[in-house]
Order: sequence, then C-alpha cells, then structure tokens
Amino acid sequence: MNMSKDKPLERIWNGIYVENPVFCLILGMCPTLATTTSATNAIGMGLSTTAILTASNLMISLLKKVIPNRMRIPSYIVIIASFVTIVEFLMEGFTPEVYKALGIYIPLIVVNCIIMGRAEAYAGKKGPVESIFDGLGMGIGFTIALLLIGSVRELVGAGTIFGIKVTPGIYVPVNIFILAPGAFLVMAFFVAIMNKLKIGAARRTGWDPTENGCADCSGCAHRNNCSGKVSSEENTEVKS
Amino acid sequence: MSIMMIALTAALINNVVLSQFLGICAFLGVSKKSKSAVGMGFAVTFVLTLSSLVCGVIYRFLLVPFGLEYLKTIAFILIVAALVQFVEMFLKKFVKSLYDALGIYLPLITTNCAVLGVALINVQKDYDILTGTVNGFFTAIGFLIAIAIMSFIREKMEYNDVPKAFQGFPIVMITAALMSIAFFGFSSF
Repeated sequence: MNMSKDKPLERIWNGIYVENPVFCLILGMCPTLATTTSATNAIGMGLSTTAILTASNLMISLLKKVIPNRMRIPSYIVIIASFVTIVEFLMEGFTPEVYKALGIYIPLIVVNCIIMGRAEAYAGKKGPVESIFDGLGMGIGFTIALLLIGSVRELVGAGTIFGIKVTPGIYVPVNIFILAPGAFLVMAFFVAIMNKLKIGAARRTGWDPTENGCADCSGCAHRNNCSGKVSSEENTEVKS
Repeated sequence: MSIMMIALTAALINNVVLSQFLGICAFLGVSKKSKSAVGMGFAVTFVLTLSSLVCGVIYRFLLVPFGLEYLKTIAFILIVAALVQFVEMFLKKFVKSLYDALGIYLPLITTNCAVLGVALINVQKDYDILTGTVNGFFTAIGFLIAIAIMSFIREKMEYNDVPKAFQGFPIVMITAALMSIAFFGFSSF
C-alpha cells in the first residue's frame, strides 16, 4: 500500500491492518479476552473504546503545547479517565444491558494500553486532525478484531451469532469457548493466522514484518517508563 | 463469605489472570525469564496490597461522605499512579535492596489493570477495608502463581520446535489456555 503518511485514509488503514492494535501490536489484551464472550459484547466494548480513543486523542493533541513534558502521563490519565466516566454514564443510561454485561471492564478502559500508547506515540506529537483519524483507525481496528474473536467464540461456544441461532440442531456447542480458556485459544489462532499472512507477504515482497516493530518495544505503551530496560534485560539473558 | 474463602477464591478459583483477564499485559510481557517474572510478581503483590488499602480508605472516608462515588475511576487511577511513584521514591531512599530487585517493574504497574480492577471489584462487592486488602493481597498471590508458572514453562519452551506462525505470542496464548483449563479444576471445590 503506497499512501503518504498522516493522511486520514492511511491512518485508518494503518489502524485496521498494518498496526492492528490487537493482532499486531498485542495491546489492550484485557478487554480483548474478557469481553468477547459474544459478538454483541464485543461490539459494545469496541465502540466505547473507539469513542474514548478518538476523544482523548483529539483532546491530548489540542493540549499538547499546554501540558508540561514532565507532567504529561498524569495529565493523559486524567483526560482519559474523564472521558471513560462520561462514556460509563452514557452507557448506563442508554444501553443498560451492555453496561451490565461489560461491568467492571468499562472503567478499566482507563488502563487500556492502546489509549495510553496512542497518546504517547501519536497524539502527543501530531496535529488534531491526524490524531482524530489515528484514533478512529485504531478504534475501528480494535472493534473489528474484537468482533472477529467474539463471533468465533459465540459461534463455536453457543452456536449463535448476535444471539441468533445459526448452527443446525445436531451441533453440540463447545461450552469451553465462551469460558476463559476459549478466549486464549481463539486469540492464539488469530495471531498465528496474522503471522502466517505476514510471513507470506514477506516472502513475496521482501518486506520484513518484524522490522515494523510488531510485538517489540516500539509498540509498547510502557516503553517511556521502562526505556527498554525490561525487554533488553530479558533479551540479553536469552542470548547469553 | 469468610475471609478464608475470599482469599482462596481470589488466589486460585477466580485467578486474576487466567479467569478474569486482568494484568494480561504484564503476564505476557514479563514472563520470558523466571527471574524477572518473579520480580514482577512480587512488585505487583506489594503495590496491589497497598493500593487496595489506600483506595478502600479514600473511598470510605472521602468519596462516600461527600457523595462523589461517580468519581471513583478518576480517583483510583490517580491514587494508584501517585502510590507507585511514592513507593518507588521510598524504596530508592530507604530499602535499596528491594528497589534494586523491583525497581524497573514498578513504573509498569501503574497501567496494570489488575491494580485498578481489584480496587473497583472491592467497591462493587462492597467489601470493608480489611476484606478488601485481604482480597487485594491474595489476588496478587494468584498473579504471582500464574506468572511464575508461565515463565517456567516458557523457559522450557525455548528448546521446543514450534511452527513458525505460532512462534512468540500465539504459543504463549495456547499455554495460557491450557493453564486456564487446569485452574478450572479449583472451581469444583
């Protein structure tokens, strides 16, 4: 894909495929695994995260000149937490069933690494328009990933999609897929498929999928905190 | 529910990582070597116990009397962030050996959802301060158990021949799935 950087379309494609937050950057694992018991829950989580991500990206990008560099992490946290509280109220009022199903995982959007990661890696440096589209792209990528995982888990584990029965009566649902182990299992296979696609693409075009920072330090929301110390400590020990 | 039962539930039956999916980032990110995994586990234990206590006190004596319960998300995350900074400074100055062991993991804990998650669960289940702190401590013990086992398995896995597409993250997730099935055994108690 040849698209100039920081254009709206490029940002959205980047969030959906190139740097998909779930399958490529492996960020935001807690909500990904916990709220994908059904397709409906997955959409609810995905959309609320998208809304918060876009709003906080815009806000942080507008305030980046005002926020002193040393105080930026606490400021980001307060901004994100405020938006989360707003969304929590809105969901409680308008979609009480989804609010109940997602429960504690809505306030936990505050510590979703994707939002903090985007604030640090993108919104804190770029202009408001690009930041909105970056947030939208990442949010849509997150929603699609959640929807995929949620649909597979619901289909195999309960024989339904969005609560509608789709499998023939002879099929006995494999309950474990809507329980905790199923989340890990489905996620593992999705990332393996993504890896397979990337390995294939690399063989055809000579593009190295690993150089883009998939699942290494550059995608990690904590890299400014740890400045690569944890990862380098682990890697040196592995090598020696 | 007795304290004993809460402790058992928090540590094993409702394991924070394997059945509630909290603290997954740290669980996957820092479990390559057993030394760093155990270090992370103890750092989380330390912070989680303290933060459940402090969040419980602030919620009971500050937010509830003024009718500010809806601010709990913002309040708790700020308490956790401040607490982590404070603990780091305190350890650096007074307990150097502990700081050397836990130092690099402490800043990562601010965004560990287990810490905020437990504070919110304590409020949701209406635990008093003592019960909440016990819940926090044993949840952290559950985290320590899970991350330690995971790191031991991953060290062994270094020598295994894993299919290329499954190398790295996917095989770790499959290991976690098997561990999660094993932990299901506890729920039949």
